[in-house]
Amino acid sequence: MSRTFKGRAVVPGKVDAEAIVTHAGFNTLANLKTAGSFMNPKGVLKDHNNPEIYGKLIPGKALCLPETIGSTTGGMVLYCASCMKVGPACMLFPHKADTLAVAGAVLTANWSDYPIVLVDDLGEEFLEYVKEGQMIHVSEDGTVVVED
Amino acid sequence: MILNDELLSIQRGDQGEAMQKVLNTLIMYGEAFGAERMVKITGEMGHAVIGTGSLTWKPVFDLMEKLIDGGALPKQSFTTDPRGIEDHVPTTLAQKAVFKLIFSNQKRMEKEWERMGIKDKNAYTCTAYMNEVGNIPKKGDILGWAESSAVSYANSVIGARCNRNSGILELMSNILGYVPEFGLLTDEGRKADWIIEVKCSSLPEPQLLGSAIGFKCVEDVPYIKGLDKWLGTELDQKVKDYLKDMGAASASNGSVGLYHVENITPEAVELGEKLIKPEARVFVVDDAEIERVQASYPIVWEDLNARPDIAFAGCPHFSKRQLAEWTDRLTEALERNNNQKVTVPTIFCAAPDVRAEFEKDHPDKAQKLKEIGVTVSGLCPLSYTSNPLTDKSNIITCSNKLRYYSRARFYSEKELVEILTGGEL
Repeated sequence: MSRTFKGRAVVPGKVDAEAIVTHAGFNTLANLKTAGSFMNPKGVLKDHNNPEIYGKLIPGKALCLPETIGSTTGGMVLYCASCMKVGPACMLFPHKADTLAVAGAVLTANWSDYPIVLVDDLGEEFLEYVKEGQMIHVSEDGTVVVED
Repeated sequence: MILNDELLSIQRGDQGEAMQKVLNTLIMYGEAFGAERMVKITGEMGHAVIGTGSLTWKPVFDLMEKLIDGGALPKQSFTTDPRGIEDHVPTTLAQKAVFKLIFSNQKRMEKEWERMGIKDKNAYTCTAYMNEVGNIPKKGDILGWAESSAVSYANSVIGARCNRNSGILELMSNILGYVPEFGLLTDEGRKADWIIEVKCSSLPEPQLLGSAIGFKCVEDVPYIKGLDKWLGTELDQKVKDYLKDMGAASASNGSVGLYHVENITPEAVELGEKLIKPEARVFVVDDAEIERVQASYPIVWEDLNARPDIAFAGCPHFSKRQLAEWTDRLTEALERNNNQKVTVPTIFCAAPDVRAEFEKDHPDKAQKLKEIGVTVSGLCPLSYTSNPLTDKSNIITCSNKLRYYSRARFYSEKELVEILTGGEL
């Protein structure tokens, strides 16, 4: 069984990855400020204000989220995480993505060897349906298939 | 996106590959938000969010080097966020050694900023809009700034127009001299989605009110009613300081990039309730809501009864007026509590230029701070906690931004003053 959602491919790409899901805003700096360094080599999420994802691993995952929040280092931190191979494979939003998330994905698409695919506008139901650990398949045209 | 002749020439590669790539990055960013054109930056100076030569930000410094080598340099001078540590801040030998390692790109970064035309060596602060620093946009200016608290201040208190740009993109915007037109740059994007009715029994502390607004509005624009009852209608330094701290909390605990305050902020004075969208929702902030918000903060200390190791105030950086006010508050409370010195090593953070002017204008107060054990520093307390050794220490603060990004324990300003001076909570 699977369910298909159609969104807008802001940074298009093909991704097959496991879902990690937050229903609260993803604070990029709080989560990833030391990711990729000796202090957090594996890319563990560190925002203690967000118990839903605190302590989980992000590298290569399909990050499903309502928006990113907090510091305007956000896009830059995503770019660094991508360059250091500890970034998510893609970011998937039910609504239009925010400026910092888009900035991060656009920076990786233009300046990194490991672009973060970004699809938004997947619809309210997307974030209600998707669960942590489900396999996600993203196509270039913004189609997202969630496996049960 | 429709480009003018200058930008079309850049797109063809007439100014080199680096400039071409910078333009294409900003086009891709703008088109994601439906921008149909680029508009010229009109602010005299830029502001960047990159002030710490962090180990984890090496890819940023590599990219900056590529831009410099490719001849892609900012069109204007700029300021940037604070450094991570300063020599006179008390640290242990072990902490110092780790700082050296985790900020090992500091010299490289500062050299790159010099090559890009940073204002001067004192330009490292999150409050570059202070008079003493002098990066003060005009109302209506188009900016390509980053730093969430500075963007919030420039939009709301000054009435300039700036989106919540990310680090690196703010640099690229200033290299190009243009930003894509969307969001907070447009009249429609500056209209309020929320009416915040402040119905507290007294003026709420700005960091707590800002946090409540950030949690509720996330990235929407609020129109705040009721603050003029306590703040009056004149946008003097005291009011600006209040709004600076409130805005920083709503920008870090949520993503608020612009707020209007009835009868106080320039656009609210000019346009009043015309700024409110017809479908705006109402959120009431009363004493109970402020208490609920403060009680919701997680405390992540291993030992909840542990003695604090260090205290920080001034995040975002204090103004000169705040440095003087906090000196008086601590002095008065120490006398009241029969103590000579603060009970916890304390750091007040302020821009290097603000600190210098404070020492010049208030030598007695600057001396007093030294005597009672308070260090005034231009560092960024958030970056200070990037060090795993300092992050493990028990930090207390009245900054909601620092609380959010670290293990620091939040206390209201009143509570913090009592703790620091040996009083009872």
